[in-house]
Amino acid sequence: MTQSLDAYLILASLLFTIGTFGFLARRNAIAMLMSIELMLNAVNLAIVAFGAYVPTLAEDGALIALFVMAVAAAEATVGLAIIIAIYRNRRTPLVDEYASMRE
Amino acid sequence: MALPQTIPFLGWSWDDLIFLVLAGLMLGGAVMVVIGRNIIRSGLFMILSFAALAGFYVLLGAPIVAAAQVLIYIGAISVLILFAIMLTQSKAGPSRLVFHHQAWAGAIAAIGLASLLVLVVLSTDWPAQVGQGTAAGTTAVAQLLFSEYVLAFEVVSVLLLAAVIGGVFLAKREESLDPGERAGDEPTLGRNQSPPVQADGRPSASTPRQVSGSARSTTAISERP
Repeated sequence: MTQSLDAYLILASLLFTIGTFGFLARRNAIAMLMSIELMLNAVNLAIVAFGAYVPTLAEDGALIALFVMAVAAAEATVGLAIIIAIYRNRRTPLVDEYASMRE
Repeated sequence: MALPQTIPFLGWSWDDLIFLVLAGLMLGGAVMVVIGRNIIRSGLFMILSFAALAGFYVLLGAPIVAAAQVLIYIGAISVLILFAIMLTQSKAGPSRLVFHHQAWAGAIAAIGLASLLVLVVLSTDWPAQVGQGTAAGTTAVAQLLFSEYVLAFEVVSVLLLAAVIGGVFLAKREESLDPGERAGDEPTLGRNQSPPVQADGRPSASTPRQVSGSARSTTAISERP
């Protein structure tokens, strides 16, 4: 039996971990943002799985997942706007070349 | 004609097969997002991963979340990210190094986090599913949203408005403003006078040429020793 809360939570953990690695390792700022979206989706999957397997939480889980989606949309909007603004000044999307704030 | 209860020759139920296929699509898409060299392909694999996740929401009995996933993530956020990718593509982009030099440390941290999370999940007694009536009905979700969670709903709407205004302000190109007028301002990102770009496309931020480029400005960039 593959379908259980354990299976969904392990799946969400793996997705979150892939997103973590992408955020830590990628040089492109937009790829880092995509990794953040993967992590948010992993958390959403865990929330909806809890909602489906704990009967008193079914509607709450769906609602919290919807709120997370709204916050993720806001975060993507502002994050991409910041990246585009920085790109306009520095002409590169690679974060390790944004070194002017380091010293 | 109805499908048989289990898959012939394998003995699995159909739900298990769908679960495995969706899991493979989602994790494979996520891995391709993270390791892909071409960032546009990364964006497209991200759409695949999000679509598989919408399938999981259907399997889990939350159809409203699946619909929102398709509308918000696949329809809006992915398109936004693809547009941003195309706005920030440089010719030297895909051929250069994809990962940081310290990516191995990130890999070790990720593997450690994965083993920790899996260990925690496996060693905890989670509540088993009780009955089949746990699907999140859309009517019940709507009633809960506008009764108990109405404050959060309003706060989210204010947050979205702030995000829209902030996104427009940050990404706006201020052509009409004289950069000298803004010299006394805080160093916002709206300074459209881009620093002089060298021949190889790299910005020459650390050279003294920057000071002459954005003259008189007292920003942090030109104050460096």
